[in-house]
Amino acid sequence: MNAGPQGMTSRPTSKNASRSDSATGEEASKARWDEVSVSTLVPKMRTEGLRAYFGQAEVLKGISLPIAEKQVTAVIGPSGCGKSTFVRCLNRMHEVVPGARATGQVLLDTQDIYHSEVDPVRVRRRVGMVFQKPNPFPTMSIRDNVLAGLRLNGERPDDPDAVVEKMLHRVALWDEVKDILGRAGTGLSGGQQQRLCIARSLALEPEVLLMDEPCSALDPIATARVEELIHELRKAYTIVIVTHNMQQAARVANFTAFFYLGKLIEHDRTDVIFTRPKEQRTEDYITGRFG
Amino acid sequence: MDRRHTDREYEGELETLRERVLLMGARVEEMLSLAMRSYLERSVELAQSTIELDTHIDQLELEIDELALQILARRQPVASDLRFITTTLKLVTDLERIGDLGVNICERVTELGADRSQNPHDQIARMADAAQGMVHDALDAFVAGDAVKANQVIDRDKTVDVYYAQLFPELLPRMMSDPGVVFESTRLLSIGKCLERLADHATNIAEMVVFMVKGQDVRHSGPGSHG
Repeated sequence: MNAGPQGMTSRPTSKNASRSDSATGEEASKARWDEVSVSTLVPKMRTEGLRAYFGQAEVLKGISLPIAEKQVTAVIGPSGCGKSTFVRCLNRMHEVVPGARATGQVLLDTQDIYHSEVDPVRVRRRVGMVFQKPNPFPTMSIRDNVLAGLRLNGERPDDPDAVVEKMLHRVALWDEVKDILGRAGTGLSGGQQQRLCIARSLALEPEVLLMDEPCSALDPIATARVEELIHELRKAYTIVIVTHNMQQAARVANFTAFFYLGKLIEHDRTDVIFTRPKEQRTEDYITGRFG
Repeated sequence: MDRRHTDREYEGELETLRERVLLMGARVEEMLSLAMRSYLERSVELAQSTIELDTHIDQLELEIDELALQILARRQPVASDLRFITTTLKLVTDLERIGDLGVNICERVTELGADRSQNPHDQIARMADAAQGMVHDALDAFVAGDAVKANQVIDRDKTVDVYYAQLFPELLPRMMSDPGVVFESTRLLSIGKCLERLADHATNIAEMVVFMVKGQDVRHSGPGSHG
């Protein structure tokens, strides 16, 4: 039951508020406010002096940023600040664009994914990506869309139906599509399509999920469903989300990084960034004072 | 550098909110000043007309709450804007209570009546100066976003507490030796209590100003903190 104001039917009295109730309350509040700090977080990924280029243009100017494990990190900043390029560097998607290159280190656990012996295809299995516009394969059914990533990687699961059901459950789409698995994925609503794309990414069992503006094409209800899903997914995955919607960053992220002109200006716990940022440029951007 | 919002309408809403808070602060200061003048001059008429000012203060509280709620709902403010609005919401409660204490002082003055034979009590006058000064400086600190000044106001609360603590021991022997002054002395004690509470509300405002400016919650942090 929702324990929020709507769900509250009576207020605690001295009779029904036991010592254990109050201890639980204290623990809950501690868990909420004493989350790992930016200086003590356990990184799943870490960039060190990451620079990215399109031809001669330098779009990332030495980004050193730890990505907390099994937490949600939001990357915010004005258009052109390099936030999308940054996440595309985290799974070597950046270099797919002709003329694009990156220098510096991107560590996944302890491995530099830009090391010459590392296979970018394997990196992309461990670091999945969800894009702005839902992009289910148009000629494929819902079922085949979930399995598409695995098949493209040459895998034939023993029980594909079980994989489909498991992944659709994981993105809370199963009940909505279980009777229409053979229909085209493109026939679903925008929000359902986006969750289908997330299921397709999760089928590869990644450790990190990158989401580039995953809700910008969705209505508020579909957005709320995806955000709810992000809350669930962070229990098992490390998530990096790029968003223009600062309220979304405030709602879903444990940590927030603010980028400006290719530089990391500030990285801190989301509650700190949105109540008392340390940098004036962060303050100006999030309060809407950017000229 | 220009620190105005890109959205001018939002900027205007925040400016309106700030202006209304300042107006409420000015009304509260005016009321306190008149309340103390009514005591010093033992003017029942002035006390009673001052009580009527409280309606304006209450009205401003409602208006400011409504404005702040609208901005919260429509703009989802963050960072310094969020701190400003939450500070405003709490600050008006303290201002409104200061207004109520002004009413209480005027009621005591009315009870004391227009007997000008008694000289105003020195300790009460000192307390009034100190407490009114705290309210004034706390509001100045709010306007200027001055955390240093706000911290100075917080420190000054101790002085008012000391004045109040001295009041009862001073009045008690007089009441014991002359039952004829008990009525007046109890009214003076009541006015003293109002002034002591008033200084506490000024302290609350100053603490909120520190939060608004620096994002630090300094409430309940000092060894003598209370309220």
